[in-house]
Amino acid sequence: MSQAQTMPAIAPSSATALQRGLRSARLRRIVRRLPHYLLLSVLAIITVYPFWWTLVTALSTTGDVYSFPPPLWPQDPSLVNFIEVFDTIDLLAFYKNSLLISGATVVGTLVICSLAAYPLARMQFPGRKLVFGAIIATMILPAEINFLVNFITVSKLQLTDSVTGVVLPNLAGAVGIFLMKQAFEAVPQDLIDAARVDGANEWEIFWKIMLPLAKPALGALAILTLVTAWNQYIWPSVVMTSPENFPLSVGVQYLSGSFSFKTRVVAAGAVLTVIPILIVFLFTQRYFLRGFDGAVK
Amino acid sequence: MAHSRKATLTAYLFLTPAMVLLLAFAFWPVGFGSYIAFTQYNLIDAPVWVGLENFRELFDDELFIGSLKNSALYLIVVPVIQVLAILLAVLVNNNLPGIKFFRAAYYLPVVTTVSVIGIIWNFMYNDDGALNAILRWLHLINEPIGFLTDDRIALFAVMFVTIWRGLGWYMVLYLAGLQAISADVYEAATLDGANAWQKFWRITVPLLLPTILLCSIMSMLAAVKAFEEVQIMTQGGPFQSTYTALYYAYEFGIKSLNFGRALAASLVMSVICMLLAWLNFRYLQPKNP
Repeated sequence: MSQAQTMPAIAPSSATALQRGLRSARLRRIVRRLPHYLLLSVLAIITVYPFWWTLVTALSTTGDVYSFPPPLWPQDPSLVNFIEVFDTIDLLAFYKNSLLISGATVVGTLVICSLAAYPLARMQFPGRKLVFGAIIATMILPAEINFLVNFITVSKLQLTDSVTGVVLPNLAGAVGIFLMKQAFEAVPQDLIDAARVDGANEWEIFWKIMLPLAKPALGALAILTLVTAWNQYIWPSVVMTSPENFPLSVGVQYLSGSFSFKTRVVAAGAVLTVIPILIVFLFTQRYFLRGFDGAVK
Repeated sequence: MAHSRKATLTAYLFLTPAMVLLLAFAFWPVGFGSYIAFTQYNLIDAPVWVGLENFRELFDDELFIGSLKNSALYLIVVPVIQVLAILLAVLVNNNLPGIKFFRAAYYLPVVTTVSVIGIIWNFMYNDDGALNAILRWLHLINEPIGFLTDDRIALFAVMFVTIWRGLGWYMVLYLAGLQAISADVYEAATLDGANAWQKFWRITVPLLLPTILLCSIMSMLAAVKAFEEVQIMTQGGPFQSTYTALYYAYEFGIKSLNFGRALAASLVMSVICMLLAWLNFRYLQPKNP
């Protein structure tokens, strides 16, 4: 249902009449849907309140942490708890590590997945179906075994406590290859034929035609990969052994484990950890909230 | 179509980086991991073949049996999460003013790292935390509930967090499914005098069935494999009451470097997961897809 359909069909004599008409139609629509909004709000409180409580606790400076009833607004708000996070742990190093791990994962994933997707989408060669089948099959391989053996592999390659060790196993993913393959398949054949006539080789076609035309898919894959890489916890917590190499997700857990008595500081650390990715999410919602459909388009 | 040797070579050059990584980090683990399950291996000494010894120890270990039971119990989250996610999807499948805000609000936990979710819920579940405060205010309890410290309750408290953080993810999948249903079908039903309830049960649910099947399988496999929440919130405690099968594998592998036992446990879980997926496809497939 579009908004235009529910607007009153009047020919307003003045701009204010139109505005009033618009406002009252909008208002009436909202009032009619009040029970609907009530239900939506109750559910939103369940998902958002724990975040809100944490933010309020991090911003407050006075009173019991667990006072009753829990304060809905910060008491004597200030940023001292946030500053204390920086004094307690090396948060800047955690930010740097998170950026490094996420950045390397995004760049590596884009490069490796689009490289692999191009021949699968646009070239004829023996074994094509088999290779694609094998890539898709990795989606149903038991991931719970991977986790332990990859730890063994990374240890044997002496990559523990390194960004490479965290990033390497996550670069080639069936989802990324599939996404890029679909994007490349949508490129018109005429463009490729024309480039071939002009003497372009496969690499040039890939680099100068395919990649520029697949920018929306590359963007979608980059954002989904960024959020996944930033949020991953167990794998980096296993690979990274020294605190100065922890990404934020692991560092904040370290903060809460070692300084749990400083509840407000831990809350502030949690807020500082999620803020960057929440900002990314708020600006790129459509990639997440439309599922894969939105990611391909 | 004839393939030139050069074209084939070029194609495989493009594919090489991905193939090497997938071989090393996706295929190798299955083979090597299955082998290690039949050995004694601590990362330092060479693996020693012990046959079925790891599996015998596994099934003699009450902790593992308890972990398996907990993983099975974890399946309760599946119907809860699916019903709630469908409800959410139906509620946000419109263009009401502000609906985008609500969609984002429900998705918030999905884009939050699990370590922060653990921290936040430790606050919520605290003896003096918000949850106990609300329950006391409603006069439902006199003494605080030890959500994460009472061994009869802790697993359910962890499960609730799994539901809470997964809802938004499934909501989006159901939303996509709902938007694929043509508006014409609903219009025709309205003309025939169907009410909202009838439309939901006679149109929405049957047409959503493929999505329901897919989401239920994903959710089931995720439920029996759950262990991140456990690792972060309870470390298996109190009194090992929140051990799940994969948390057991994690403890024995990563913490105790007993990779034989850990991979035996993982292998058991893999077989269970494959069985679950197969059963789903075998018996829940819609008759006329």
